[in-house]
Order: sequence, then C-alpha cells, then structure tokens
Amino acid sequence: MSSPGGAGTERRLAWLRGGELPQTHNARTIAALASNPGCARRALLDAAATRKQDIAEHAGYPVPFGMSPFALSRGVVFERQLKDDPGGLLLALLRETLNLDIAEVGFTDLNDVGGSPDLAVRHARTKAVLTGRPDQRGTLFDHPLLRFRVGGRHAYLEPDLIAFRHDDTFHVVEIKSFAVIDGQADPAKVAAAAIQSAVYVLAMRDLVGDTATVHHESVLICPRDFANTPLATTLDVRKQLGVLERQLSRIAGIDSVLAHVPADVSFSLDADEKGVPQRDPGDLLRDIKRVDANYSPECLASCELCYLCRDEASGSTSVLGKSVREELGGIESVPRALKLARGDDPLPVPEDLREAAAILRRAASLRRDALAAARAETW
Amino acid sequence: MTTLTSLAKVEAIALDRAQLIRTVRHVHVSPRPLIFVPLQLAGEACAPLAAMVGDDRDHERLLIAYEPRDRTERFRFAAGLGEVILGYVDGYAAGDPGEGVPYPDAPQVWVPNAGGMKFAELLGRSTRFRRTEGPHPVPASVPLLGRWVTYLAERAQHPLSSLFLSATQALTAHWATGQSATEDQNLATLLAWIAPPPGQTGAQAALLAENPARCPPAGPVTDPDFDRDVLEGLIKAIVAARQSGDAAARERAQALMARELHSVLKPTWDLMWQAVDLLRSLPPGDHVAERWKTDRFSFTGYVRYLQEGGVPQARRDAAVDAARRLARLENEAQQLAAHMAYDDPLVMAEYRMTGDAFAGPVVRAEPDRLDETGKRARLRPWITVETTDDVLAELGADLRSPARPAQQARVIEVERAGERTRVTIELQSGMGRKLVPEPGSVPGLGDVVCYTTFKAEFQPPPKFPDREDTPWTHGGPPPEYVPRDEEAAEEWE
Repeated sequence: MSSPGGAGTERRLAWLRGGELPQTHNARTIAALASNPGCARRALLDAAATRKQDIAEHAGYPVPFGMSPFALSRGVVFERQLKDDPGGLLLALLRETLNLDIAEVGFTDLNDVGGSPDLAVRHARTKAVLTGRPDQRGTLFDHPLLRFRVGGRHAYLEPDLIAFRHDDTFHVVEIKSFAVIDGQADPAKVAAAAIQSAVYVLAMRDLVGDTATVHHESVLICPRDFANTPLATTLDVRKQLGVLERQLSRIAGIDSVLAHVPADVSFSLDADEKGVPQRDPGDLLRDIKRVDANYSPECLASCELCYLCRDEASGSTSVLGKSVREELGGIESVPRALKLARGDDPLPVPEDLREAAAILRRAASLRRDALAAARAETW
Repeated sequence: MTTLTSLAKVEAIALDRAQLIRTVRHVHVSPRPLIFVPLQLAGEACAPLAAMVGDDRDHERLLIAYEPRDRTERFRFAAGLGEVILGYVDGYAAGDPGEGVPYPDAPQVWVPNAGGMKFAELLGRSTRFRRTEGPHPVPASVPLLGRWVTYLAERAQHPLSSLFLSATQALTAHWATGQSATEDQNLATLLAWIAPPPGQTGAQAALLAENPARCPPAGPVTDPDFDRDVLEGLIKAIVAARQSGDAAARERAQALMARELHSVLKPTWDLMWQAVDLLRSLPPGDHVAERWKTDRFSFTGYVRYLQEGGVPQARRDAAVDAARRLARLENEAQQLAAHMAYDDPLVMAEYRMTGDAFAGPVVRAEPDRLDETGKRARLRPWITVETTDDVLAELGADLRSPARPAQQARVIEVERAGERTRVTIELQSGMGRKLVPEPGSVPGLGDVVCYTTFKAEFQPPPKFPDREDTPWTHGGPPPEYVPRDEEAAEEWE
C-alpha cells in the first residue's frame, strides 16, 4: 500500500484522468467540494483534477455554466481601476478599512514568473516572496499561487486575491464586482465571497507557516451603489474557517475513496491529437456511475455533473431537496414513500420506519379528506 | 415544506404532473393585471437592458436600452417604462373617491420571479430621487416611476398584499411539483410541471423547458450564451455606428437587437399569461376580497400622498418606523396564515397535523343548555366533538371554528380513548339574544365541525413610541427626512 498522496495514488489518479493535464482548483471549486463532502464521485473527479465540464458533456449531460462576457468585462474593468494605481485608490481603501498608518505600498504581481506556466515554479516563487523578510511596512502581492490540501492531497489554487502584508500580518483582499447598495449586498454573493476568503486564509496559513500570521479578517472590495466607486469592508471569516475545516476533515482521504473504486474505472475521454474525444459515451457514463454520488439540488449551483447525477437519482426523494426528504421521514425511495402513505405496502414496515410511516399515513388521509371536503364544501 | 406538501411532491412525481396543495386561490388576481418582464445586463447592479410590459396579452410593449451602459440611454429607457407603468396606474386613480373610501380597484403588477422583484426594487432605488430640474434633469416620469415601483416593491413584502406578485411565488404557493424548490424558481420548468403539453409527463416537459436555447430564461439575467453569441456583437455595432455617425447602420443594428430581444422575451410573456390564467381558474378563498380591500386602501393612500407632494421613500427607515413595520409584517403573516386555514381545508389539514386544530363529528349536543350559576340564566350550549386528530388544546382554551368565526368557544373537557379524543366545548356567543339559539348557530348532532386554537380576526399591532419620542437607545428622535441633492445627482453608470 502506498502512502497517502504518494506515488501509487498519483498513478491511479493519472489513470483516471487519462492523458489529460490536471486542472487547477480555485477557491470556488474547493468551497463547492466542501459543501458536499459526502460525494465520492465529486471528490474523486476533483482529486484526479479532471475536466468535469468536458466529461459531463461527453457523457451526454452538458451543463450551461457559462459566464456572460458582460459580467466578465465588468469585473475586469472594476479590478483594473484598483490595480492600475495600487498606491492610490487601493492603498487609501486599505488604510481606511484596516485603520493603518501606511504612507506607501509595494506592489508585486506573482502571476508572471519569467513566463513559466509551471504551477510548481509559480508556487515556489510565491512561497519565497511571501515568507521572505519584509522590506516595507506595507506590501501587496497580487495573484499568489497557493496550494491547498484537500482529500489528503495537495491542489493548486488558481489565484484570485491580493495578499496584503503589514507588520508581519497578512490580510486577504478580494475584489468582487457585485454592488453594495445602501450598505447591503446580495447575501448569497457575500456568503460565497466569505467562504472563498476562508479557503484563501487557510491556504495562506499553510504557506507562510510560522513566519507571519494570516488575519481572519479579510477585506472585500466591491462597487458602491450604482457607480464604479469602490467600497471596502472587512469580513470576519472565523465562522467560515470553522465550517471549512470541519467539512474538509470529513472528506475522506482520497485513498479510502480509491479503495472502493474498481481499478479499471477511468474518466478518460481518449481524446485524439486534435482534442476530440474518441471514447464511447455510454462506456464513460458506465464508469462514472461506478463511483457513488450524493446528489442534492444544491449541486445544480456548483457541480458540472449535476444533470447526470440528478437523472441517476430520479425516483429518489433526494431530487426534491433535503427539507422534503426530512419531512418524509428520511425515506429514500419515492414509490416506497407513496406506498407507506397509502398503507398498501405488502411488506411489513420495519421498526425504524414505523413512526415515519404513521405520520405519512396520517398526512395522506388528511390530504384525501381535505380534497374531498373542498369538493363537498362541508365546512 | 411540511409533510403534507412533501407528500404532494412525491405524488407529483408518481402522477407525472404537479399537484394542488391548496383547494382555493389565496391571492387576488386582477381582471387586468400589468405584466412586466424585465431584463438587465449581466454583471451590473441594475443596468436595464429591455422589458416586455403591458396589460393586454395580444399587445406586448417592448422597451430597450440599446446601449445599456450609457447613462442617457438608461434614463430614456426609464422614461419610456415610466410612461407605460404610470399610464396603467393612473387608470385606477381617476377622480376623488371621497374621504375614507378607497378607489374601486387597484393596479396589480406581475413579474416572473424573485429576481424580477429585486430588479424593480433597485430600479426604484436608482430613479426615485432624480429631479426634473438642476444639473442632471430627467423627464418627470422617471422619479415618479421610481416612487411607484418602490411602493410596489415595499408592498410585496406585506404578506396580505397582492399588488405586486411574482409568478413563480404565486404558483408554488398553490402547486407542488416533482422538482426541488430551487428548480421551481424557473418559471418555464414550473409551468411544465403544472401544465405539461399533451403527451408529455411533467418531468419530460420540465427537462425540455430547462434548456435555455428552447426556453430563454425569464430574467432578469439573460442566458450567457445569448450574451456572448448575439447581444455582445449587436451592442458593439450600435456603439460603433453611433460613434461614426452612421444613422442607417445604427437603425439596422437596433432593429436587429429589437428582434432578438423580442424573441427572447416573448416566450416568458406567454408563460406569464398562462400563470395568470392558471391561478384565475382556482376559486378565490373567502378572505381574498377582504385582503384586496386593504390593498385598495393602501393604493388610495399612496395616490393621495403623491398628490400632496410627498417626498420619495427614504433609503432607510428610522428606528421606530422600522420596528413598527416589522411588527406589522409579522402580524400580517399570522393573519394570512389564519385566513388561509379558515378558507382552505388543505391548509387547515396542516394545523390538524400539528394539533393546533381538530375536526370530527358532533357526537353529543345540548343546544339549549343554560348556565344558571349567575344572577341571570345564560345560554351556554355544550357540544362534544369526536376526533382522531391530535388535540393540543387544554382545558379552558379558547377555540374558534371556520364555520362560525365570530363565535367564542371554550374547552370544557378532553377525554382520550385510544386513537380517539372527545372534546367537549362550551359555546359562548353568536347565538342570538334569546335563551334558545338562533337556527344554525349551534352545530347539530352528526355535523362535522372543525375547531382551532387561533382566530382569523384582525389583531391590533403592539404600540410603538411616536417619532419624537424615539428612545436614546435607538438614536433619539430622527431628523425629518428631506431628499438631498447628492441623491438626485447620484451616478448610475
């Protein structure tokens, strides 16, 4: 048996991926992974760093996760005006928000390492720069390439943050283009930004080790009201850090997931030299289904395989959502829930379902009576 | 979700179409609603792109901001939308109804979904402070539109109000589909489950409706593929034509954009009318007209406020106003819940599940029972109801019945025997002035009756201090709100 994340594991993951280059993670994919830690299928596809969108499409379940060019360009324009003059607007915002007394800042973009696309090289450079002696009181590092331990394995994070170092304390600075109107922003977007920030804070802590601290207060910069004027707010991500650490620890180490997957399962698309998949879609689908999934409607917002898993889960109460399933006493099968409700299940009701079955029978009889009463208008 | 509605969702899957979870309609449906389907530019807080709007299903109006990022275009769009919406609203505010009397009817605006409501709120926020004179003058219809949509968006928060409705919300309040609550936010798939085309199951129809190429999203955000493949090029062409002064090219590009946006909006427009028809086909609950009357009063009040030169709604409520408003919303939510239960046996069933209501036949009745313990004899009939429902009501509890909502009743005895419970109830009012009850005022032997621990009557809200008595803990008396110049000149880019 190889050590966790060792050469044996790497070999199997590479086999699962086929000939493809590994995909990089970003904070969004890790946050999504943490939202469904019980899903072996997603854990494996992510650990193997596969192209989930291409896989879903080839297996016959394309998912429209496109981004509008308008949203993209809006984000770019907003970010540019801040980064083009970091010593001006950006510094003023940070000074005011973090209540710091800094006259000037240095700005280093870690995205470009002599043109090297190699993630390991970029990460090494990030580490060297961020853990080196601070030569200024305030320094901004754009696009630090971080690494994140997920499922017992390291994944690189496609960077989308600025690390702001001040007196050996780092703050994560996230620039987002959703508006804060009269002091309020879309709660779902703020929540997503907060969990992403938490991913960055964890990864930064992992990187800088003992040489500095990474603050649990991130800085979120958004457009204010209906204009492009930036507004900075601190975001306390302690709660998200707790949630994330708990969820990530629940994600089974990838070796124990692999132990349950037959050795011949592969997600390879068998792409030819032009990149066109040659694999039989039915064959790919069969292999995907050999790894257990844990579908819930939340997957629709975050997982490329959602339509595939939803289709597979049809006939199960999980497609209706967690709250519905709970109201049905946790019963998994739709036909079984109906049989219990109608009281016409020929099989004896198992002990652990007796209470749920009684509630369902009661609900069914009330529903029948009420519909009949409405027709007869007795009261 | 409750066990009853969850059960209906399971039935929807088994029966291949959505199931009713209400037996009557709990929203008012206007005979002439205004349908408003807004679209906005992706990524922006509130950049109007287009809207299909109107009160006649055969005559949709299409409004377009051809350069959605251009300030002048935005205000031109807002002015055009203002004319349509204000024209519709004015139709209900003709003449003076007189003191203390509401207008005979009120406007009712429908948007497809929660996103449409949010868009209206933000549109109101970005237009209501504008001025018709000064450094950035706008047409008079712009700030007036802002006040009206802000008013509507605020009313939409009131549980009792039907002035401003979201189609998905109104439909999911009455039907349970075989898909999740998240998927129910999609108007096309929701209607696919409720009314699948002949030969298709709800699930099949919903799967087809989910494809944005077949069913364009109901907005306010457009399909990213449409943005990339169609819209981006058209907007670029329009901007380029304007910059080069090529009027003919600009006109051509604008006509193309209008055609594309029409084809993206028209399917949702048709779905909106289908939603209105479906809800209209349900019989209204008994309290619906009463609730609509409060909407008419509210509408009449706001018309008068504007006539008297009222200022636009402030960006934030003062402390006392906010507390009062929250208490009112809570109060309305309780009132709505009681109304619905009294009007609808399927809603009442929810309370029978939880023990807050019970129903069953009258197994013993003493309609002429007199209470002679006081100076004068009083008519106090006793009835005993036998039920298989769980009964939470305790001795001495006040009860009400949907059949006789004003009649006071009190629990005298609760006997439990196996699955059955016998509840003896004393009736205390609503039987006339004599010592024998008026005919029909006391349930007879064998009648099936229902009693609840809550009532549907209006409950007065708690008292709050006057504005000038705002306690120091809440910032003390707030200054009178006066719109500021900066608010009128705020950027909208």
